[in-house]
Amino acid sequence: MAELNANNRKNTLPLVKEKKGNKVLKFFNSQKVVPYIFVFPFIVSFAILTLYPTIQAIIMSFQRILPGQVEFIGFQNYERIFNQAFYKALTNSTVYMLLTVLILVTIPIILAMLLDSKLVRFKTFFRSALFIPALTSIVVAGVIFRLVFAESENAIANQIIGFFGFEPVSWQFNAWSGMLIMVIMASWRWMGVNVLYFLAGLQNIPKELYESAEMDGANLFQKFRHVTLPFLKPIIIFVTTISIIGGFRVFEESYVIWEGNSPGNIGLTLVGLLYQQGIQQNDMGFGAAIGVVLLLLIFVVSIIYLLMTGAFKRGDE
Amino acid sequence: MNRKSLSIFSVLLLSLVFVLTACGGGGGNSAEPASSDDTKVAGSDLENATELTFWTFAGTHADFYVNAAERWNEQNQDKPIKLKVENYPFDQMHNNLLMALQSGSGAPDLVDIELAKFPNFLKGDIQLESLNDLIEPELDSFIAERLDIYSKDGNYYGAPTHLGASVVYYNTDIMEQAGVDIDSIVTWDDYVEAGKKVVEATGKPMTTIATNWYGIWPFVAQRGSDFFDENGEVTLDNEKNIETLQFIDDLVNKHKIAEIAPGGQYHSEEFYGAMNQGSQASLVIPMYYMKDFTTYMPDLKGKIQIRPMPKWSDSDYQSVTMGGTGTAVTNQSEHVDLAKEFLYFAKLSKEGNIQLWKELGFDPPRWDVWEDPQMREDNEYYQYFHDDIFDILLAIRENVAGIRLSEYTPDVLTEIDTNIMHSVLREQNLTPEEALKQSADTVRQKAGSKE
Repeated sequence: MAELNANNRKNTLPLVKEKKGNKVLKFFNSQKVVPYIFVFPFIVSFAILTLYPTIQAIIMSFQRILPGQVEFIGFQNYERIFNQAFYKALTNSTVYMLLTVLILVTIPIILAMLLDSKLVRFKTFFRSALFIPALTSIVVAGVIFRLVFAESENAIANQIIGFFGFEPVSWQFNAWSGMLIMVIMASWRWMGVNVLYFLAGLQNIPKELYESAEMDGANLFQKFRHVTLPFLKPIIIFVTTISIIGGFRVFEESYVIWEGNSPGNIGLTLVGLLYQQGIQQNDMGFGAAIGVVLLLLIFVVSIIYLLMTGAFKRGDE
Repeated sequence: MNRKSLSIFSVLLLSLVFVLTACGGGGGNSAEPASSDDTKVAGSDLENATELTFWTFAGTHADFYVNAAERWNEQNQDKPIKLKVENYPFDQMHNNLLMALQSGSGAPDLVDIELAKFPNFLKGDIQLESLNDLIEPELDSFIAERLDIYSKDGNYYGAPTHLGASVVYYNTDIMEQAGVDIDSIVTWDDYVEAGKKVVEATGKPMTTIATNWYGIWPFVAQRGSDFFDENGEVTLDNEKNIETLQFIDDLVNKHKIAEIAPGGQYHSEEFYGAMNQGSQASLVIPMYYMKDFTTYMPDLKGKIQIRPMPKWSDSDYQSVTMGGTGTAVTNQSEHVDLAKEFLYFAKLSKEGNIQLWKELGFDPPRWDVWEDPQMREDNEYYQYFHDDIFDILLAIRENVAGIRLSEYTPDVLTEIDTNIMHSVLREQNLTPEEALKQSADTVRQKAGSKE
């Protein structure tokens, strides 16, 4: 019997193996599986570097954390959050978000259309010139912005406004000018990236549509309103969404300009508050609670925005 | 229509990723394992040398410790060390240390901790080694106020880098032009009168006020007051502090003899530039600022005289020990005893204190070296300023005020930075009393809610 079995095995084994190989290959080649294999590395890094810390942060937000002394304190961290500094930070972050969304959606569309038109020369030069700030170190940019907007009559910004007859301004010490510096810095940094998104969108618009619109007698504005804009809508929604998120999570711009604390908290942002309370003042549980509130805030605002723009509606309804 | 919902899904997913990254963003790169591209090593060629790591945030300190390690290796050939000094940006180093001590791994053997950050490391179970066995036998040789800053419950955790005695640096060019003899300025009232003459004669301010703690703490402490009492209760808004802030406010907004420091602080490019051009007659700041003078203000060489602070009518103090870095040994060190021995050698011993002056221009926290002949040897600081720097210090040795730190000192300093000085001096929309009360309440609220 044993011999027979062995024989059988000898005969059938290679066959099975081949079949198995096929099956494995088939399994990995099947349309249902392949996408998961491709996203697997991302999922892993997402889980380790993002999901785990997030869960940990939520747990920490209910704790008081000191070296060797970690204890659960219920909602005490959350009870302390809603104070003056938090509302100041919330206001600053919201104003910053609205301004950057406004600037970083409208101006890049115009720039992208210019770069896409036949009238402009040296397009590649302008394209890279616009993109370079995104690659610049934010710390270096901060040093330069600080010098440009320094509190001195000789600073570049004061010389420019002096040329138009204005008095020198203490840029880093007024609420309006502090916000202005942050918004200018963000606009300078992210303009090129958004231009690229819109350029890609513009290049997907079929040229025939413009031709037929022209034949119907549409002028420049009508072509923009009825052809360009509808085709750019998904891109606009995307860029606006990431600008909302980026606006709420602003930190670097404020940090490099004021190197920590700003006078009168004019540059305090939500993430800045998280950093100040959690790290600088060693109150990590409280910092984590601010982070969780920020997460909820961004989530709610983004969802509302996406609902309003109809991004959830199915196209065939 | 599948494609559309897919694209929306990806937008959502991306949003989620951004949102989540935002929350991780606070700590940012600070949680990454330690690595520094600015590392200096001493004793790497020695066999069986014990390796010690040292974190600092000041390049000048790094050189100082490397030199100290080389002297150590010459004198202690039976127990050589290989000292690896890693230099990080200020915030990053303190953040890294906080994470390392919190998580229980990754901390260095020795570390420089700045004064304003020090209270953060005295919370919870303290992760630093007590230095009492090094300090107590020679306590009398130190200005004790300086050591107390880095202590908690009778334990000393930090080795001071300097005394940091606050003094007034006078620009003699301007004072002569105004016809004021600086030695006639004994009280703060004299200072105000002198300031009026200076403004009248030269059009330049007597001084400038920083809108961070440099602009208030030295004055408050010199009056014998502070932001906390001995029980750790908030006294930020007590009578003396309100009067003191009123005095500072008057300098700027009533007598008009002081202006707000360019850039709002004494360590900015704007300030160095203006000061170097002789834009103000005097500056109240700790002694360690000598290094800043020689480095950033070469044009003032030979024109600066150092004097004690003018007196208040209700206090004898003529100086305050301010600012400064405490060096600590962490409990994660595998060679605690050796690290402590080296620390004593480098910063606490007589020899170490003399080196602090020679190499860094710092006023040593040990007063028993101030008269040492080695201290009187000519160097760039004597050339820049004048010869009797330590005679001045010796004369006021008994009258140096200390400062009191609390777990909530970082909160008070943040309030001073962001609210108090800004709204009182610059915006003038709060009186000193209102501003101090408001901030004191904020800190009390935080302290109260955590008990």
